[in-house]
Amino acid sequence: MITLNGIGASPGIVVGKAALIRDREIELTHEKIMPEETAQEIERFDAAITKAKEEIKVIRDQAEQNIGSEEAAVFTAHLMILDDPELVQGVVSKIKNELISAENAVNEVVKNYIEMLSALDDEYIKARVADIEDIGQRLLLLLTGTEKTNVELDKETILIAKDLSPSDTAQLNADLILAFATQSGSRSSHTAILARCLGIPAAVGLGEKLLEVVTEGDIIIVDGNDGVVIVDPDQTVLKDYQRKIEMEEKEKLRLTEYKHKSATTADGLRIKIMGNIGAVNEADAVLKNGGEGSGLFRTEFLYMENEESLPSEEQQYLSYKAVAEKMNGKEVVIRTLDIGGDKELASLNLACEENPFLGYRAIRICLDREDIFKPQLRAILRASVFGDLKVMFPMIAGLEELRKALYFLNEAKQELKNEEIPFKHDIEVGIMIEVPSAALMADTLAKEVDFFSIGTNDLVQYTLAADRNNEKVSAAYNHYHPAVLKLIKIVADAAHNNGIWVGMCGEASGDELLLPLWVSFRFDELSMSSVSILKAKEIISLWSAKEAELLSEKVLTADTATEVKQLLASASKDNS
Amino acid sequence: MQQNSVEVLITNKSGLHARPASLFVQEANKYKSEIEINCKDKTVNAKSILSILGLGANKGSTIVISAEGEDAGVALSGLKEFLEKELPRVDGAE
Repeated sequence: MITLNGIGASPGIVVGKAALIRDREIELTHEKIMPEETAQEIERFDAAITKAKEEIKVIRDQAEQNIGSEEAAVFTAHLMILDDPELVQGVVSKIKNELISAENAVNEVVKNYIEMLSALDDEYIKARVADIEDIGQRLLLLLTGTEKTNVELDKETILIAKDLSPSDTAQLNADLILAFATQSGSRSSHTAILARCLGIPAAVGLGEKLLEVVTEGDIIIVDGNDGVVIVDPDQTVLKDYQRKIEMEEKEKLRLTEYKHKSATTADGLRIKIMGNIGAVNEADAVLKNGGEGSGLFRTEFLYMENEESLPSEEQQYLSYKAVAEKMNGKEVVIRTLDIGGDKELASLNLACEENPFLGYRAIRICLDREDIFKPQLRAILRASVFGDLKVMFPMIAGLEELRKALYFLNEAKQELKNEEIPFKHDIEVGIMIEVPSAALMADTLAKEVDFFSIGTNDLVQYTLAADRNNEKVSAAYNHYHPAVLKLIKIVADAAHNNGIWVGMCGEASGDELLLPLWVSFRFDELSMSSVSILKAKEIISLWSAKEAELLSEKVLTADTATEVKQLLASASKDNS
Repeated sequence: MQQNSVEVLITNKSGLHARPASLFVQEANKYKSEIEINCKDKTVNAKSILSILGLGANKGSTIVISAEGEDAGVALSGLKEFLEKELPRVDGAE
């Protein structure tokens, strides 16, 4: 038995058989070529570049489909490198001047770049080194006609490798991967991000020993929580881990019971539990976890895919339509573009601001840029006939903004009507309540919309004046703060007094301790990260609305966030 | 044919790294001229992302851009303006 310690990159524990991905061996012969062969070698090189670009475009689409747009962006960087004139020129002149084959020329040029860039002390550039290695490998495979040792998984396995490149992983059948364990890497390396995306355990940075001690088919344990890999575990350790896994499984199993159940309190109050999504394929995770729709569909991904230009109305329409169809009649709340703040958008080239969260962002940009807002509204409207889509405006601070946004929506509707394009005329329109002024004016705002959705992440940071990305003030950023809870109550009450529904879609909506409070506030919908859905359904079903109200009365008299949290924790009915 | 060069001080906060580097390369590729950048003792092709990344031009570095070709003059003034105004605007200058 050998234990290796690394970094826990994606949580979960798994026992399984190892499959090794060795770096592909490419054999290069170092014979010189004849001067009259140079033209032919250059031609081969050009063809390899063209072929590599085609392959990368295909992989980019697969990555977009299987994994997500962040993953796909890696391949856009690859394309830019393949277009690099110095790289191309470097290879061509090596072929001509040194009379070597295209593969040898590529090998040397790529090596030189890797050496040059590895010497620089810069995180971003180090990531580019991995890209160049990946590209070099791809070109060499093409030039030498080396059969790709494409890992074809035929059964469930734990993948062991030095490191996994995007090209390695883009084509893998994710369903058969139990876990990743890699020699190098950090929490932010490709393998780690991918594993978290796919929801499978991963341990990275395990050191060179990993590939020395693991052989194909070995039984190994990967503990992605603590970053531990145990090769050939002895009986006691194996039993110990099997017990841990059993407990995790039991919890999962107990919760799957709730997949097709609704979240209903003991005295019959029903709350819809939904999942937040940020890309079309994430709708699958919502459904798999028993979500009753999506209370927040972030549309930023569409705008981040392309650095050069904004997504067209047609592109957007197809994405919204795809989500509507995937959700098969279940509700999807589409939030219009929420860029700015901590989210940059290359194609917009927004100026850098002193105080971005209080600056030019979200609806403020959209109201100013009809050329961005209108196509999105038209796309949502057009897709609305394919399912239960609703539209939601972010960052509304007051009535004037809301009315302007509604004006554009009506214009978009009018245009479609004139063009005789079908859309759902009575599509529900709502706003996010995430600015304290909007919370305080909720009674007024409620008269002009169909629903509210409270965005707690921003509401907390604006109410408490605490940047949620600044670790130094992380103690000040706290969604248990009584001021935040009071604002939330004002919003929920205002919604119900005006006969509209109210939901919540920030981190707080899935907070297990706060769920009874949301029951007592009579939230109609809670939208959270997909992995929290089943647990939330269970917790709600353990409470009665009456009990929740009694707890809520006490909580609302608390003076501090600590007191609130203590009250909630001592009332918790969690039995796991 | 014109040939020319111009000196520019890099003022955006991340220098010619990361996204600013790719933005700069895209900008340089808009011109037909051959464009080179000299920083410290290295001279590289301005249209090559790998070379620009390898240059290590940080905030506070002074670089010399030279261009040769039919649109050399426009290229130089355009790229100078891009480095002095556009990059600090999108990347920040602190």
